Amino acid sequence: MEIKKTATAGTLESSDIMVTVAPSSEKGIHIHLTSSVAMQFGPQIKEVITSCAKRLGIDDAEITAVDQGALDCVIKARTETALYRAAESTDYKWEA
Amino acid sequence: MESLKRIPHIEEFKDELHGIFDESRVNKSYLTRAEQETKRSKVVPSLEEAIRLSGLKDGMTISFHHHFRNGDYVVNMVMDTIARMGIKHLTLAASSLIDIHKPLIGHIRNGVVSRIETSGIRGGLGEAISHGLMETPVIFRSHGGRAAAIESGELKIDVAFLGAPSCDVFGNANGYSRDNDKGVTCGSIGYAKMDAQYADKVVIITDNIVPYPNVPFGIPENDVDYIVKVDAIGDSQGIMSGATRYTKNPKELMIAETASEVIEASGLFKEGFSIQMGSGGASLAVARFLREKMLRENIRASFALGGITGQIVELFQEGLVKKILDVQSFDLDAANSLKNNRMHQQISASYYASPNNVGSACNQLDFVILSALEVDVAFNVNVLVGSDGVIRGAIGGHQDTAAGAAISIITCPLTRGRIATVVDKVNCKVTPGSTVDVVVTDQGVAVNPSRPELRQRLIDAGIHVVDIQELRHKAERIVGHPLPIQYTDQIVGIVTYRDGSVIDLVRGVKEMDED
Amino acid sequence: MVDHERLRRTMMFIPGNNPAMIKDAYIYGCDSIMFDLEDSVSPFEKDAARSLVFHALTTVDYGMKEKVVRVNALDTPVGIADLEAMVRAHVDVIRLPKTEKPEDIVFCDEQVTRIEKEIGLKVGTTGLMAAIESAKGVLNAPAIAVASNRLIGIALGAEDYVTDMKTTRSPEGTELFFARSMILHAARAAGIAALDTVYSDVNNEEGFRKEVTLIKQLGFDGKSIINPRQIAPVVEIFTPTAKEIEKAQAVMAAIEEAHKKGSGVISLKGKMVDRPIVLRAERTLKLAKAAKVLK
Repeated sequence: MEIKKTATAGTLESSDIMVTVAPSSEKGIHIHLTSSVAMQFGPQIKEVITSCAKRLGIDDAEITAVDQGALDCVIKARTETALYRAAESTDYKWEA
Repeated sequence: MESLKRIPHIEEFKDELHGIFDESRVNKSYLTRAEQETKRSKVVPSLEEAIRLSGLKDGMTISFHHHFRNGDYVVNMVMDTIARMGIKHLTLAASSLIDIHKPLIGHIRNGVVSRIETSGIRGGLGEAISHGLMETPVIFRSHGGRAAAIESGELKIDVAFLGAPSCDVFGNANGYSRDNDKGVTCGSIGYAKMDAQYADKVVIITDNIVPYPNVPFGIPENDVDYIVKVDAIGDSQGIMSGATRYTKNPKELMIAETASEVIEASGLFKEGFSIQMGSGGASLAVARFLREKMLRENIRASFALGGITGQIVELFQEGLVKKILDVQSFDLDAANSLKNNRMHQQISASYYASPNNVGSACNQLDFVILSALEVDVAFNVNVLVGSDGVIRGAIGGHQDTAAGAAISIITCPLTRGRIATVVDKVNCKVTPGSTVDVVVTDQGVAVNPSRPELRQRLIDAGIHVVDIQELRHKAERIVGHPLPIQYTDQIVGIVTYRDGSVIDLVRGVKEMDED
Repeated sequence: MVDHERLRRTMMFIPGNNPAMIKDAYIYGCDSIMFDLEDSVSPFEKDAARSLVFHALTTVDYGMKEKVVRVNALDTPVGIADLEAMVRAHVDVIRLPKTEKPEDIVFCDEQVTRIEKEIGLKVGTTGLMAAIESAKGVLNAPAIAVASNRLIGIALGAEDYVTDMKTTRSPEGTELFFARSMILHAARAAGIAALDTVYSDVNNEEGFRKEVTLIKQLGFDGKSIINPRQIAPVVEIFTPTAKEIEKAQAVMAAIEEAHKKGSGVISLKGKMVDRPIVLRAERTLKLAKAAKVLK
């Protein structure tokens, strides 16, 4: 998959995370994370986002995430939705 | 009466007798009440004048109450004035500090305030202190602990600055007025009673001078030295809402319902029982479920204690609660009830919860419903420090009522967002687990192993009783395993138990790197 | 295989795009959780809700609760995509909205079978449930109820139905009598569950209780609900009384007695106990156990 445009998924409600994926001119996945639980879970949240992108074959992207205490399954869902939207793809690959 | 020496055993009480009477000792007042009010009024022209008259000097201790909650103008007004007058190195001993008191950060930086003693700190000030704002750690005391420290002289207040929604010119002050509807209302001023009684000098700050005598009063004129009339002492919106609303959050309602079932099954739910309920979501909603049970079983409570809400007042009006002991009124319904009902009594922090006082009302409690930021597997409770290590709460009456009540019940969700509430070890031990009897969560009820009979009663009633370890495991399964908080070496807070012993220390927290 | 025996007194709708509600759905005492991808999700968020429910189903421990997902209608690309994701998430039951004819169910069954085969899941694992929400659907209910072995039940969706009937819902539910009776008969004839529609006024507990009492008496197995506060009243109304439990226990004891004696005829207090009485007693005890009034 390839990032074609900027796309967002998720909300700023409690227990949700708003993930915005944008094309990047630089190599790699760059994550800007704002989180109410950054100290305790920051690295884990970034890890979940990165592995979602890798699984969908995204190597380069600018990802901004505003987290309101989302669980990992929510982070996965929002990241994947934002990635599919940014890639303008509906070729969903369902994997837990 | 030429000589006192003729009195037998005079040496035993001569210090109690001040010489022999003569006419020069008489000080007859010919002033009428009206003349007294103009000539002997304690009202001074300005706050600055009151501060000057109080003799406030560098290094002294000043105090405030927090009955105006987040609508308080008094602390900031007084501190700005003191700062302008150039007085420094003060100890600020407030009953509690809230978000609106964030400007204190500036006064701490400028050396006006060098120490703080309080029940809690919420908002920006707490964050700044956790990030190392103060050299000297803050002393945290429960409401009962503060009362005891004031009574014993360990916390000596030089000047108390006490906001009052009504006051006459001699200093009879209260949290409401029976004379007019001008000014703001806060209901009970129970915490301020301590300061008024024990501070060397007491300055009342009011926006509502009422005719003498301002009865009933929360603070009597004999405790008051100076009065300052200002345009506004607080924002009524921030002081209290019209009525504390019941939560609509289904999880909180479920927790509240379970807590009411715990009460019913405890064996102490009998005619004449006593209870304290908080103002927070689940704790407040317990009133609603308990009401149904009280009506069904025809059981009435002898009294409700503590911070009072409209929900408790409703029970009172229905005759389900016979009397109310009110140290702090949380909403307008509570304040109005205090004003209008004889059986709704204003009480001081000492009467409420002092550990030095066998008769403290909190010792007469059968049940208290409390909240928690964290509970650990030893039932220790943290209500002071957030999951990120930052000071963001208050001890309040938590330690006092948990110790005093026959059954203390903590209500809390198992997790909040991604934060576990039931943990291995609390970030900050505020209330010792030995005083916590039941923990009610949305995923089960844990009973302190020290109360096997209570545990059995709850099980027999069909309540979902689980081991506290099981709750902890469940919480971690949901949220994952958090990284430890990055503390600094600096101690920023000293948490005292109600007897003044140190129960825990609060460390500074490292600033998060922005990325 | 699909479970025809489980109790479905309360089937609670959870909006599919709400993380806070999805993660907590299991803490309430409902029998089935129905994650909704249809009406509660805006057309622009269908993909987000689908992904959220997929990851919740594959991660969150919902315990013994039945997991149902209401997908979008299958004549849209969105509906098929929902099906693809939810069968892969091993959902217990797919709830198909706006079912009008048996062919709708046959088509859904085929699609589910295809996906089950693609992922190596035993064919027939995923259950189906049909929501009937129109005049045509009500008239076709008997045929719909027998259209697939996967069907665990049929449910009335009254909001769309009353609009189709050019009427509105009333507190008494007069306008729903035919639909309710038709769906009940179709379900009973097919041996599957009959489930009643939602009651939207969450704050009107009295009205809700009245409606639940009515549909229980009609014979429904349970009700779709929209708020956890609606669980307790349903459970209470569906819980047998102490007298009913006692009677049922006496029936069961009589059966045991007859078995011990090797007698084919069961009698209780001089009266013969026939099959309907036994079935009713069994159901009474099952409901009593579910409500924890009987161990």
